[in-house]
Amino acid sequence: MRGEASVIDQIKDFASWFFVSGDPLIYGADVAIALTTAAIIFVLSYFGKWGWLWREWLTTVDHKRVGIMYIIAALLMLFRGGVDALMMRTQLVFPDMKFLSPEHYNEVFTTHGVIMILFMAMPLMFGLFNIAVPLQLGARDVAFPFLNSLSFWLFFFGAMLFNMSFVIGGSPNGGWLSYPPLSELTGSPGVGEDFYIWGIQVSGIGSLMTGINFIVTIVKMRAPGMTWSRVPIFTWSVLSSCIAIIVAFPVLTVTLALLFLDRFLGAHFFTMDGGGNAMMYVNLIWMWGHPEVYIVVLPAFGIYSEVVATFSKKRLFGYGSMVFAMLSISIMAYFTWLHHFFTMGSGANVNIFFAISTMIIAIPTGVKIFNWLFTMFRGRISFTTPMMWTLAFIPCFVVGGMTGVMLSVAPADFQFHNSYFLIAHFHQVLIGGVAFGYFAGLYYWWPKMFGFKLNETIGKWAFWIWNIGFYVCFMPQYVVGLDGMTRRINSYGWDTGWWAMNFTSTIGGFLMGIGFLFQVWQIAHSIKFMEKDTTGDPWGARTLEWSIPSPAPLYNFATTPLVTDRDDWWEEKERIAAGKMPKEKPKLEPIHMPKNSPIPFIQSICWFTVGFGLVFHWLWIAIPGFVGIALTLLAHSFNYDTDYYIPVDEIRQTEAKAGRGV
Amino acid sequence: MAQNHTIGGHGSHGGHGEHHGSLGEYVIGFILSIVLTVIPILAVVDDWFGKTATIAVLLITAALQFAVQLLFFMHLREEKGPRYNLVTLILGLIVVVVVVYGSIWIMDHNKMY
Ligand code: HEM
Ligand SMILES: [Cu+2]
Repeated sequence: MRGEASVIDQIKDFASWFFVSGDPLIYGADVAIALTTAAIIFVLSYFGKWGWLWREWLTTVDHKRVGIMYIIAALLMLFRGGVDALMMRTQLVFPDMKFLSPEHYNEVFTTHGVIMILFMAMPLMFGLFNIAVPLQLGARDVAFPFLNSLSFWLFFFGAMLFNMSFVIGGSPNGGWLSYPPLSELTGSPGVGEDFYIWGIQVSGIGSLMTGINFIVTIVKMRAPGMTWSRVPIFTWSVLSSCIAIIVAFPVLTVTLALLFLDRFLGAHFFTMDGGGNAMMYVNLIWMWGHPEVYIVVLPAFGIYSEVVATFSKKRLFGYGSMVFAMLSISIMAYFTWLHHFFTMGSGANVNIFFAISTMIIAIPTGVKIFNWLFTMFRGRISFTTPMMWTLAFIPCFVVGGMTGVMLSVAPADFQFHNSYFLIAHFHQVLIGGVAFGYFAGLYYWWPKMFGFKLNETIGKWAFWIWNIGFYVCFMPQYVVGLDGMTRRINSYGWDTGWWAMNFTSTIGGFLMGIGFLFQVWQIAHSIKFMEKDTTGDPWGARTLEWSIPSPAPLYNFATTPLVTDRDDWWEEKERIAAGKMPKEKPKLEPIHMPKNSPIPFIQSICWFTVGFGLVFHWLWIAIPGFVGIALTLLAHSFNYDTDYYIPVDEIRQTEAKAGRGV
Repeated sequence: MAQNHTIGGHGSHGGHGEHHGSLGEYVIGFILSIVLTVIPILAVVDDWFGKTATIAVLLITAALQFAVQLLFFMHLREEKGPRYNLVTLILGLIVVVVVVYGSIWIMDHNKMY
């Protein structure tokens, strides 16, 4: 009897350590996760959809589907990160609130930061790359479709690994960049930090591969006649973002690997007592961290450019300067990282260098703003939702950029650093620049993805609520930051005089949450009462992706387009309107396509297993994971059956169904 | 100029006449890279030289390692289209210099440590 009880006790002990416990919020989350999982399994089984899910989605290498999966995952993460944000704002609404404990607050802001940047912004961006770039280039797919699917699944399982930490093992709480010594074993003895490391590591490999994939796609797979000066501007922005990815992400991988060695093997790269140096971590992580913000904002600039040109019915003003500005930003972003630690004692000369390099970057950004304004000038502007988000972005980004320049003044930064002023600044550029841009992109390409338009009226409601909420939330934060409120505090006293500002800010935060709900409603409503896009070109747009039916057929272009202009599709429409003959299309030929593969999915599960095993130091889980990775690599190397042809008849039928004679 | 194979660029191996190195070259590259890894490890673990000399050895073997990788595995000399190669190589070098020299510069001035 005794023995049994102690086994049960052991199991209980294990469970209470393994599963996070003690907080009603977490139990609520446990129940929610269990119910959702059960519901998903039930629905899939009930409707007999498992085979469909496997064949059409989990094993797909089609860039359009990969893109959609990225977007769905990113929106779910936006929800999760948004709930975290609202929890923090709730905790701060009044002085001395007892909603989140200090420990829990630390976990929430860490998770919020990581999720928003790495698991929301990055995948949403990759989703839009996947949706738009091959189509803009007139290509059939990305350069390496298999790799593309692998990138997605690595991101997905990396994100899952990270997300798991809050119900299993415990969340990281060292801030979104995990500075040592806080993130060393001495500062964070639990497994949260390891979840952080492996979640990011696994998905980071995927990001690096996506960067390579899209660079090769853009360099090698442009349609015939698409010279560099005819490449659509969004694709240019993707190229510059990918350049920044391939120089920045290896630094992140190495930095986190070193941190892992410190934690796992007792190395001393960043621990002082073993001769290491924590400053070196700060230095390295920002070498990735700063370019990262440009990585996510450059594609947004590309989207704004497409949207402004399309909805002003004009060619983009200053195409060349725009391209130059984006490319130079992608390089210069690599020279400014120190502005994130001006206050950490690097001395005046170092600070001056990085202050100046930071201010210089503001110049190409300013150029772009003027280009957008000149594009709109004398244009026939239509105020659709993508255009509204673009218009809202401009003032928002101007203010955010100006406060950024304020922060780049090194001596002044000693005042602003780590205050709510900083929080307000970076949310202004991240929400006003990045999130608004991706929303604009989502609305813009939605018909191309799904074949129907989103409801514009609800979309405009969402737009206004979001925007009002944004200013109500973040403007007070500048004020309270100048008033001395520091970031990452979970409570403050009545005597500080900060409560009115915090109260207002929280209202704004919840308004944005409501805005998000409106967007969800907008999507649900539009799915139900969809307004089908039969033209393939619902906006009267300019670039190649709009020359094919919506949603794009599996093979994208029935015949490879021959490009003769910048904004080729627009010029073609003008020619037809002027009574000229449309461009002659080549004869239909069988189309060469890549075959689906289960390997990316399976291999990513193996990566997940490795990460999970290493988090808990359970080699009996990690080693089989490694073996699985090796086996899948081998299996793929010896698989020669990777492609097939779509016969001409089938192409003809598909095109006819979409209302196109060929 | 821009090109777009009907095949869409995937799975088209062989047939474009590029030279990808012989087995011998790979073996030499492999051995060289191992030697260049073992030397710095031993230099640190067994304390062969003084501090400054060890750092110099580390830097030199690292640079040689870099060259070995580029020449024997990335086939730097053999690709067509030198322009892209040159641009990417220069970019890569800029990045390396920024990372290495920038870090040294910053850490040297850091008074906290
Ligand atoms: C949607 C509305 C949002 C609200 C209300 C919000 C709110 C907050 C709050 C209250 C904090 C913690 C401040 C502190 O105590 O230190 C925070 C931190 C942060 N947020 Fe947001 N946020 C939002 C959206 C975003 C987005 C879209 C991104 C990125 C794309 C983002 C990135 C971050 C980052 C990186 C941090 C720093 C986390 C840390 O201190 O380690 N946030 N946010
Ligand atoms: Cu920065």
